[in-house]
Amino acid sequence: MIPALLPSTPPTSPVIPLGPWVEAFIEFLTETLGWFFGGLRAAFGGLYDVVDLALAAPPFWAVIAVVTLLGLYLRGWLFAAGSALGLVLIVLLGQWGNAMDTLALVLVASAIAIIVSVPLGILAARSGTASAVIKPILDFMQTMPAFVYLIPALILFRVGVVPGIVATIIFAMAPGVRMTELGIRGVDKEVVEAAHAFGSSPARILRQIQLPLAMPTILAGINQVIMLSLSMVVIAGMVGAGGLGGQVVASLNRIDVALGFEAGLSVVILAIILDRLTAALGRPRTKLFRRTPAPDAAADAPARAAEPVAA
Amino acid sequence: MSDNPYPAVPTAPAVRAAALYKAFGRKPLDTVARLRAGAERGSLPAEQTAAVIDATFEVKRGEIFVVMGLSGSGKSTLIRMLNGLLAPTSGTVEVAGTTITGLAPKQLRAVRRQSVSMVFQHFALLPHRTVIDNVAYGLEVQGVPLEERRARANTIIGIVGLAGWEDKLPAQLSGGMQQRVGLARALAADTDILLMDEAFSALDPLIRREMQEQLVELQAELGKTIIFITHDLNEAMFLGDRIAVMRDGRIVQIGTPEEILTDPANDYVAQFVQDVDRARVLTASSVMEPARAIVSLSAGPRAALRTMRDLQTSAAYVLGNGRTLLGVVRDRDVIRQVKNRETDLSLVVRHDLSAVDADTNLSDLVEASVESDLPLAVVDSRTRLLGVIPRVTLLAALGNVSSHTGEVPVMIDPPATIPVDVVTETLLATGGPTEPADAALEGSLR
Ligand SMILES: Nc1ncnc2c1ncn2[C@@H]1O[C@H](COP(=O)(O)OP(=O)(O)O)[C@@H](O)[C@H]1O
Ligand SMILES: [Mg+2]
Repeated sequence: MIPALLPSTPPTSPVIPLGPWVEAFIEFLTETLGWFFGGLRAAFGGLYDVVDLALAAPPFWAVIAVVTLLGLYLRGWLFAAGSALGLVLIVLLGQWGNAMDTLALVLVASAIAIIVSVPLGILAARSGTASAVIKPILDFMQTMPAFVYLIPALILFRVGVVPGIVATIIFAMAPGVRMTELGIRGVDKEVVEAAHAFGSSPARILRQIQLPLAMPTILAGINQVIMLSLSMVVIAGMVGAGGLGGQVVASLNRIDVALGFEAGLSVVILAIILDRLTAALGRPRTKLFRRTPAPDAAADAPARAAEPVAA
Repeated sequence: MSDNPYPAVPTAPAVRAAALYKAFGRKPLDTVARLRAGAERGSLPAEQTAAVIDATFEVKRGEIFVVMGLSGSGKSTLIRMLNGLLAPTSGTVEVAGTTITGLAPKQLRAVRRQSVSMVFQHFALLPHRTVIDNVAYGLEVQGVPLEERRARANTIIGIVGLAGWEDKLPAQLSGGMQQRVGLARALAADTDILLMDEAFSALDPLIRREMQEQLVELQAELGKTIIFITHDLNEAMFLGDRIAVMRDGRIVQIGTPEEILTDPANDYVAQFVQDVDRARVLTASSVMEPARAIVSLSAGPRAALRTMRDLQTSAAYVLGNGRTLLGVVRDRDVIRQVKNRETDLSLVVRHDLSAVDADTNLSDLVEASVESDLPLAVVDSRTRLLGVIPRVTLLAALGNVSSHTGEVPVMIDPPATIPVDVVTETLLATGGPTEPADAALEGSLR
């Protein structure tokens, strides 16, 4: 009988030493490419310090004012007022400094993720082969539990904010690539063909037609990248990135419900503001400018209300 | 049919395609080899598609060359090989004397910028750009400065009748207007050759007719070479100076609309053209018959009377020098002249006959034919008589039945109003024996 030939229970330790292989590979990387990772560490760390300084150095009310104005420009007064209230709440909770550290980390990680993912998305949109290679890698990066690449990131970049940034970039990059590819592939084929028919070069077509027409989709991807980055904050806190994530990790260690809630609520406020602001980027300049024709609509309303109501 | 707008130098044809093949799917070269060995499109394996098979043709400068065929017959594939959007699997394409097959991408783009522009079925306008910037797109790609290209685009916008819409976005325009923008964009690029792939197929019938007429006018004015793709035979017949009929990837016939209609190469084409609007396509010259009852003015009344008697008809066309049509004579008038021994036939020539130009469409002949009891006289630009169209012939041509199938000869002239005996007696009484030499004129236009 065939079943008799097989062991009655599956092995509980690996038969194929896949894990050790990866370990050996990481070791090999640290030894031979140490200079490279050192350089990356310095660059990412430096970038973070600059952004963090820009956010933390000015008085908190100045930062709040800037965010409020941005909200007013992109979405309207209601959102602006809400943002201001939320940020004041963070200040009152005593989490302002941590929130700015977190914001700096999210902005730096998102920016790098976008700078890497948009060109990758363009490449995937233009070549079927590139797309076929990139897709499974993205799936792998996004579904592998984030803690797992925290470990090699720690080894390669040592404790601090940089392994947090790197893990965040890897985890958050996928939607940037996917949505860029989707957006460009979704541009009307005939329009692109027409541009070719008039003798346009591929670079001109990308710049003048494909990117502008794909922009709403690409911006939706960028919004997702930022949201995913924010969701990595706590995990980044575990490797010493500090900020709100560090507070949550500390409250976990101390079983401090109050601190956990305060830090968690601050993350939520940041998330909502960032989400709504970046979502508004894809739409034409809003409310503030749409206000102008609005009186017409408002004028209609009483007229309509005055009409006899049909039984 | 149309005059050549490039009369100066007899240069290369606008487009020349030689033994073009295009196969999609796996192993395209193998597909072509099979086709060359005689395989039919249908007998190829499922993963090999032959879109265009052995297409050879030339498009003359300044002509409207129509490629017609059912959906899937390979028209779009064929036209895309003419500007290099698709590379032929085998064969070569020449545009204005330049072989574009195998050209590097950069040079190919230069050919497109300078020589060939295109109009698309679904317009393919840039949705994020205004009408004027869409129209100026070709010039922009050519590197024309902003001010100049806007000015040139403006002129073309006026020509296609879109003045006042310059700053609208394509989505704000109706389908017909969007395609005017598409046409304007192609015209503004100022290339000699225009490719139009089902350019009017997405439009309402009325708009479509209007666009067809406008295209013909523009072509006459600007002298572009137009390669027009359509699955609509009526459109093909209306627009085409020449038509290539495609079936299953092959060109089965190339000819003028009239050749295709009156002399289809095979049953497929014949069946295809069966329900064409013939009145819009056929012209007087393609259905006319030789005039039989004709007399020369100098031959005099006796000869005229004899001709009419022999043909048993009551009227005859009178020709002057060089066969110019002068009018008709009626048997009653002529017999009176003979009795009175008059010799000047011109005294009784009537000018109330319907003469039509050889290029008149049949649809424009119906009214004249109904109003005239005589066959319509068909004349050329110097009023020389080319032939006649009896009403029966016109009806037969419109209904696509032959007027010569019956065993009984169809009566094509107005029947005699005076009995033959009376005429013969009159002739005998007034002159000598019948002069056989006079009969020579009869039927000389056959
Ligand atoms: N890119 C392509 N890949 C595979 N098959 C194609 C492609 N383009 C066209 N074909 C096939 O080639 C044939 C001719 O298509 P097409 O040139 O579009 O015909 P038409 O324009 O006359 O409707 C069809 O059978 C079509 O399915
Ligand atoms: Mg087609």
